[in-house]
Amino acid sequence: MSNEEIKEIISSTLPSATYDETGEWLNVIIDSKDWKKIAAECRNGALQMDFLFCLTCVDWKTHLTMVYHLTSTKHRHNIVVKANLDHAMPEIETVCDIWRTAEFHEREVFEMFGVNFLNHPDLRKLILEDDFKGFPLRKDFEDPINMIKL
Amino acid sequence: MFSLEGITTTTQNWLFAKFDPTIALAIECIIVIFLAITLFAGLGLVLVLMERKVAARIQIRLGPNRVGPGGMFQTVADTLKLIMKEGLTPDSADKFLFNLAPFIVMMVAMLLLAPIAFAKNFQIWDINIGVLYISAISSLSVIGILMAGWASNNKYSLLGAMRSGAQIVSYELSAGFAVLTIVVLTGSLQISEIIAAQQNGWWIFKGHIPAVIAFVIFIIAVTAETNRAPFDLAEAESELTAGFHTEYSGMKFALFFLAEYINIFIVCAIGATLFLGGWMPLHIGSWEAFNNIMDYIPSSVWFMGKTFFLIFVIMWFRWTFPRLRIDQLLNLEWKYLLPISLLNLLLVAVIAILGWHF
Amino acid sequence: MYNQTEIIKDTTNLGPEGELIINMGPQHPATHGVLHLVVTLNGETIKKIEPHLGYIHRSIEKMCESLTYRQFIYVTSRMDYLSSHINNLGCALLIEKGMQIEVPERAKYIRVILSELTRIASHELWLGAMAMDLGAFTPFFYTFREREMITEIMEETCGARLTMNYIVPGGLMYDIHPDFQKKVKAFIKQFKEKVTEFEDLVTNNIIFQSRTKGIGILSAEDAISFGCTGPVARASGVSCDIRKLYPYDVYDKVEFDEIIETAGDSFARYIVRVKEMNQSIRIIEQLIDCIPEGEFVGKTKNVLKLPKGEFYTRVETARGEFGVFIVSEGGTNPYRIKFRSPGFSNLSALNHMAAGSKIGDLMATMGTLDLVIPDIDR
Repeated sequence: MSNEEIKEIISSTLPSATYDETGEWLNVIIDSKDWKKIAAECRNGALQMDFLFCLTCVDWKTHLTMVYHLTSTKHRHNIVVKANLDHAMPEIETVCDIWRTAEFHEREVFEMFGVNFLNHPDLRKLILEDDFKGFPLRKDFEDPINMIKL
Repeated sequence: MFSLEGITTTTQNWLFAKFDPTIALAIECIIVIFLAITLFAGLGLVLVLMERKVAARIQIRLGPNRVGPGGMFQTVADTLKLIMKEGLTPDSADKFLFNLAPFIVMMVAMLLLAPIAFAKNFQIWDINIGVLYISAISSLSVIGILMAGWASNNKYSLLGAMRSGAQIVSYELSAGFAVLTIVVLTGSLQISEIIAAQQNGWWIFKGHIPAVIAFVIFIIAVTAETNRAPFDLAEAESELTAGFHTEYSGMKFALFFLAEYINIFIVCAIGATLFLGGWMPLHIGSWEAFNNIMDYIPSSVWFMGKTFFLIFVIMWFRWTFPRLRIDQLLNLEWKYLLPISLLNLLLVAVIAILGWHF
Repeated sequence: MYNQTEIIKDTTNLGPEGELIINMGPQHPATHGVLHLVVTLNGETIKKIEPHLGYIHRSIEKMCESLTYRQFIYVTSRMDYLSSHINNLGCALLIEKGMQIEVPERAKYIRVILSELTRIASHELWLGAMAMDLGAFTPFFYTFREREMITEIMEETCGARLTMNYIVPGGLMYDIHPDFQKKVKAFIKQFKEKVTEFEDLVTNNIIFQSRTKGIGILSAEDAISFGCTGPVARASGVSCDIRKLYPYDVYDKVEFDEIIETAGDSFARYIVRVKEMNQSIRIIEQLIDCIPEGEFVGKTKNVLKLPKGEFYTRVETARGEFGVFIVSEGGTNPYRIKFRSPGFSNLSALNHMAAGSKIGDLMATMGTLDLVIPDIDR
């Protein structure tokens, strides 16, 4: 499917989505409140994006951005969905029920960035220790013992 | 020609000439006890080293070759290490049973030495129910294993011991039926008569089809009875537990370890006696010249050769096959081996009655 | 991870309905690497498996934010150490794509040959280790014999046996050893003779088959949903070989088959990997004689700076799809790196595959997933 067709399908579900085609793939920028709706549409609708292959977060100091890389095993097209989150209270809906790979990936983003995934079945730390304080991958993470500032 | 029975007869005559009969008998018993213990120790040394060398060669490496020429004293070094280790007893273990278990297993192994014929006229006790004695006493080893698992007060040991116990008890049936096949062909339970009946050829050749089937089933069953791979789930290292001897260390562990190898020797000796003729050289019917040539090799060499060949086969199994799961193991016995053994017994009975064996 | 007292409480307590909670690992002969599994058992049946990760977490993603673009490539060798060349290749490809660097043909050919050799070495180790888990101790030594040949080739050409820092953005760090082609051909010849040994010893062994057939079934929809890639997904019928779908270097010029099985059980995963080894040999055979002469590295500046933007590259490692995602602000260091490791997603399917089966089957299932824990923990 070409980018135009994908844009049409997404815009018909979510008119407020904006697009950015400067990169390799089509970037869809949405509001974090609409994520669940558009995710369900991507999975079950005409796009058939059944493979979520990368789920991560980027800390832009003023806000956080959730980045979801989706692809379809049938049509072989890729899109990137981005949602900006508030720095003070980052929250977004979970997509564990749509793509089961998100269970582990969202736990990792939770412990590294502090993003709260609403309705996640088991949101707790995955890689770090249970009593670890702070969110390491944020840019303002201070660790005077382990991090050496040159 | 070198023959072990010469030594026994000479010793016996000398003893009975020198002392009065009761004391001579007592001295003979003591000598036999020492010989049995020496045989155990010697066998243990040889078999452990043989296992490691056979394993190494199959795995395209060399095996122990530093301690002594060709690694001969490796087992001595291992034994010294085990003796010097601290023998820990868990706090809440049942002390009496915990300490008794290795000895029960060793005792059973020693008792089984009695009816085995190592060479012509070189048997400790030629009881007239030889085969029945062997089957009965070998069943007692299960008690030792269950004791070890229970007394350790460790739920994983208990699990391992129960699995082991179930496995041994199941496979005894098939082994017993395989042995019965030869008894039917011979018509006697006595070891010396079974061997004598193989004067004109070993039972595995004379008894053709049923004997071969019985031999295969026997080898599988005794591999399972001695907890050897591929039936060693109870003591597998990559599973959760180390089996019933998890809590044992030091000399008591050495006794279990030794008892396992002695058991392998004994069951192979029994297999060699029943199917491959024991100390009887390879005779082919009435080919006099061939038989006379074969007789030049001493009977003890024949016996040891056959037994060690079977031991090698069992060791070969260990390093070739992956492990069976416990339910597959019991499946194999109850659904496949047991019906085949029963049918085989029927077949051999028909053959024996009609005289269709050689 | 729990602190000490909590671990003890868990192992001696019975959960509700008499379930037993036991710990497998982190030190365990069967979990290759430091993987801590908390297994909830009901008798012999597994009810739930929960992996506890983080024992080898080295904060690679944070660390790479302070490394330059030339430096961060070699950290990925330490992630999935069995596919180190392929990981390095993924990072190098990303930088080449972002900075529009030309890679000479010679470098492309050699990079593909090295990737395939690494894939064979990784599968050989996996085969030996999995057979050992199931109780067959001998194939381990046979597969390491072949792996040793590959490691010697690597040592001669790249300088190291395991973490070979050889691939740079633009090509290779230095040219291959003059004996490279001869040794690779000798290896191919020996491999073809010996591969029938595994067939006889392991694949056609009825005990092995009965321990792996029908165990740990993963359907195609579940494989896609869990994000499984590589042999795990291909054994369930999902076509996802990156070398075919999005070819890089010279993969579009070579002929090879994508191995797909539909059964989705442990035996299918085993067969996929064994056949992949044969396909890798096929690729190497096609390339080894035609390595073009020329430069081994393209022209690049000393200090690399990716333009502002986001970049993603994917390569096919021995375990699956390895993805590198870089957010760049135009400087000499990446602003954010995310490594999409194949083991992470494959591990998340373990609970689904193994729940309801027996504890003895857990070994077979975990063995066929081919997990390398540093890859998961990063």
